[in-house]
Amino acid sequence: MRRISALMLLAASTVARPVSADTATTPLDWPQTVAAARGQTVYFNAWGGSERINDYIAWVGERVAADFGITLKQVKLADTADAVARVLAEKTAGKSSGGSVDLIWINGENFASMKAQALLFGPFAEALPNNRLVDTAAKPTTRIDFTVPTDGLESPWGMAQIVFLYDTARVTQPPRDMAQFLAWATAHPGRFTYPAPPDFTGSTFLKQALYGLVADRAALQQPATDGNFDAATAPLWEWLDRLHPLLWRGGHTFPQNDQAQRQLLDDGEIDISLSFNPGEASSAIAQGLLPPTVRTYVLDGGTIGNTHFVAIPFDATAKEAAMVVADFLLSPEAQLRKQDPSLWGDPTVLAMDKLDPADRAKFTALPLGVATLSPAELGPVLLEPHPSWMTRLEAEWRRRYAK
Amino acid sequence: MAPPLRQVSVRGALAAHGRPQPDLLKAVPALTLAVFLAPIVAGLLGTLLPAFGYLPALGGTEIGLDPWRRLLLAPELPAALRLTLTSGLGASVASVVIVIAFCAAAHGTRLFRTLERLLAPLLAIPHAAVAIGLAFLLAPSGWLVRLLSPWATGWTTPPDLATVQDPLGLALTVGLVVKEVPYLLLMTLAASGQVEVKESLAIARSLGYGSMTGWLKAVLPRLYPQIRLPIYAVIAYSLSVVDMALLLAPATPPPLAPLLLRWFNDPDLATRFCAAAGAILQLLIVIAAIAAWRGAEVVLGRLARVWIAGGGRGGSGQAIRIAAGGTILLLVVLALAALAANALWSVAERWRYPAILPTEWALARWQHHAGELGALVWTTAALGATAALCALGLTLGCLENEQRHGLHVSNRGLWLIYTPLLVPQMSFLFGLQVLLVGAGLDGGWIGLVWSHLLFVLPYVFLSLADPFRRLDERYARSARCLGASSNRVFWRIKLPMLRRPVLAAFAVGFAVSAAQYLPTLFAGAGRFATLTTEAVGLAAGADRRVIGLYALVQSLLPLLPFVLAVPVPRVRRLGRPAQALR
Repeated sequence: MRRISALMLLAASTVARPVSADTATTPLDWPQTVAAARGQTVYFNAWGGSERINDYIAWVGERVAADFGITLKQVKLADTADAVARVLAEKTAGKSSGGSVDLIWINGENFASMKAQALLFGPFAEALPNNRLVDTAAKPTTRIDFTVPTDGLESPWGMAQIVFLYDTARVTQPPRDMAQFLAWATAHPGRFTYPAPPDFTGSTFLKQALYGLVADRAALQQPATDGNFDAATAPLWEWLDRLHPLLWRGGHTFPQNDQAQRQLLDDGEIDISLSFNPGEASSAIAQGLLPPTVRTYVLDGGTIGNTHFVAIPFDATAKEAAMVVADFLLSPEAQLRKQDPSLWGDPTVLAMDKLDPADRAKFTALPLGVATLSPAELGPVLLEPHPSWMTRLEAEWRRRYAK
Repeated sequence: MAPPLRQVSVRGALAAHGRPQPDLLKAVPALTLAVFLAPIVAGLLGTLLPAFGYLPALGGTEIGLDPWRRLLLAPELPAALRLTLTSGLGASVASVVIVIAFCAAAHGTRLFRTLERLLAPLLAIPHAAVAIGLAFLLAPSGWLVRLLSPWATGWTTPPDLATVQDPLGLALTVGLVVKEVPYLLLMTLAASGQVEVKESLAIARSLGYGSMTGWLKAVLPRLYPQIRLPIYAVIAYSLSVVDMALLLAPATPPPLAPLLLRWFNDPDLATRFCAAAGAILQLLIVIAAIAAWRGAEVVLGRLARVWIAGGGRGGSGQAIRIAAGGTILLLVVLALAALAANALWSVAERWRYPAILPTEWALARWQHHAGELGALVWTTAALGATAALCALGLTLGCLENEQRHGLHVSNRGLWLIYTPLLVPQMSFLFGLQVLLVGAGLDGGWIGLVWSHLLFVLPYVFLSLADPFRRLDERYARSARCLGASSNRVFWRIKLPMLRRPVLAAFAVGFAVSAAQYLPTLFAGAGRFATLTTEAVGLAAGADRRVIGLYALVQSLLPLLPFVLAVPVPRVRRLGRPAQALR
């Protein structure tokens, strides 16, 4: 088994080394990978907070068992970092194979961190057969994760874009830019909040606000420095200083994550929430987690979007099967089911024009979901600022508000 | 139920005087300590090194104070420390005062016996399940406010009040008190067996002391040393609790333990150095708090001696009886209401503010999760039973060895047994994980049971030690005189007579195992999902219906052994009633 893994590592890396848009070809040894994968067990470490996502992963498990003889087991994490910690402990103990994590749901900082610490296997992603269907042109975030190149170390799974949720039964005119947010909160004190950074939705809200308040948006694509950070973020802190006393609980405490904030919206403790999944509201309504009067909207000038991925740790036991599962997750069948608002409602990473007509028709026929915006309504996607902005924003936010 | 003494026959007599056997029993105490101390020492080392910058896997190869500099400069630290100390010490003081006041004022009353009966099961409900229920109970959109809204309060939307996750950490303090009072009370009851309570009280009464004053002056001074260690365990636990703090304490900043968890989980892996330093700081805080408590004991002890020597007889203590009894009753009601809230959510489809009961009901969630729950119950139960049985074996081995060789366990021995409860989990779990991975035991059943044993063994030992030592030795002596071997006496006399405390200790161990989250996660490598890991994972998603379902099952499973252990009749005629839990 170990020999095959080493072989695969070599094969995958030679095939996928030249990382450029047009080399996403099927590697010659894919059938061999599929053969090696048969009988393996994949421990998929994925955030386990959502019943519908867990159900979706269980369905994936049934399908890969039937098609490839792979046993898929979801390790339901409360926090992706738990799995990162485990891989780190394995590296600390000098382990280089037989690791406990085979596949991990990841993006952003966790990916940057694992990549920087050489905790990932690969490159493998661009060697997956279905990778050629990925919309790398219109969805550049499938190859650049928070401005960090994926370099084939993670395989795209789904798309995300910030949307705001509000209850039409209570709010008629939700705020659409940062100035309006302040005015709205003044008129409705205690009825809005955002998840406490460093929760990723909370940190993204800070970046979104920064986009709306900064003088030079282009600067955010460059690294933040001691020289430009203070000047660029001064309007943000001034805005937050004024906003916080008008927030839920006077801005003294914040919900832990977007799910907790969705619960507050349903409880009627607040009137506006936010989510990274444009289909979240529709699917929450379908599940009885939000009232049917909830709708979503985006801000004038666009909202931040990104991609979430799956990656394989360097010491994974079932690397072949993990790759086969990653490839299956990219299949039109799996991506279609994932986008179905009654099942998960997570937007696809695939390019419609690369699909065959029958698959394309199925995607077109998917209902949007009662509260989901169409791609046109979602408007322009803002790119994630360089990660150094997030790091500094979180540190400064801590210094100012987490006392 | 009485052990058939007549059956101790000639055969037994022969066996007793037969060939000498290698005494495996002697190895048990050493084995127990190895099981205990090796992982904790290794674990602490695995935290201490990164705290001073050494963790080669992350490129830390130089020893230095940089992690401490980063820790002390962390903006959250002052507020997190304040919150940790107020909630942790507040909960400890409140729990001890409530328990002592209740025992002093209500001992011997019917209320006392009723509550005593209710408390053992309360002990079995995991902290997380209580916290989940309490969070819903106390929230501004929660059950209590709904009972009064909008008809009495006028609140058509929930008020913007910090009734949970409050800046002072009061909700966390209440949550801790709800769970720690049953534990302390049961430990006090168990310890009462070692002090001649009835006799002391009779003498005090004959000298004219009021019932409460008599208890405080004649019983407490001898009882307190017996419950000192459990109190220290409560202090350590309250200062380092993670799951309850996540649900009931504020998040910006949180108390130290959740803050450390956040740092350990930070995507920037370099934050781990700072987190490791924080974990050592947490250990130092626990040590300092216990030392301070010890100091307070000495001072209060001196003052109390003057008070006792003063000879005041005191009144009936009626007011305190009502106050303490009322408080305990309130705690029981809070715990049961939390359990009921979880049960209702598990069958709710929609339940929005201000509805007092769900507006739409559904059994679908139970059906949907039935298969998965079955597997989880099986893993949790198998793990709990294995850990509890191992702990029982080691404990009985140690106690039997002690008795056969006429040893007296010193206080130092007890301290060692308590170490896993006194050292904050986070300060040694990462190191423990590295040890298990290095030994190839992570993700395996052995490593998992071992990690649970660290926390199960102390509780099992404490539940069983007293009843075992108090078993009237004349039974054993009579059996020996009739020719029974030591082993035969153990299996045929002692064990049957101790059936009830043994079963109770098993139930305690099972419950402790079932509630473990971090050890399961760290040692199980994600291979083993238990009710608790699953419930905490799902709690991240904030779907109260699913959380309620898992929290309910998570509470019911550890209750089972208690329910099953209770009906075993007491061995009244032969021994003093077992005191481990009742």
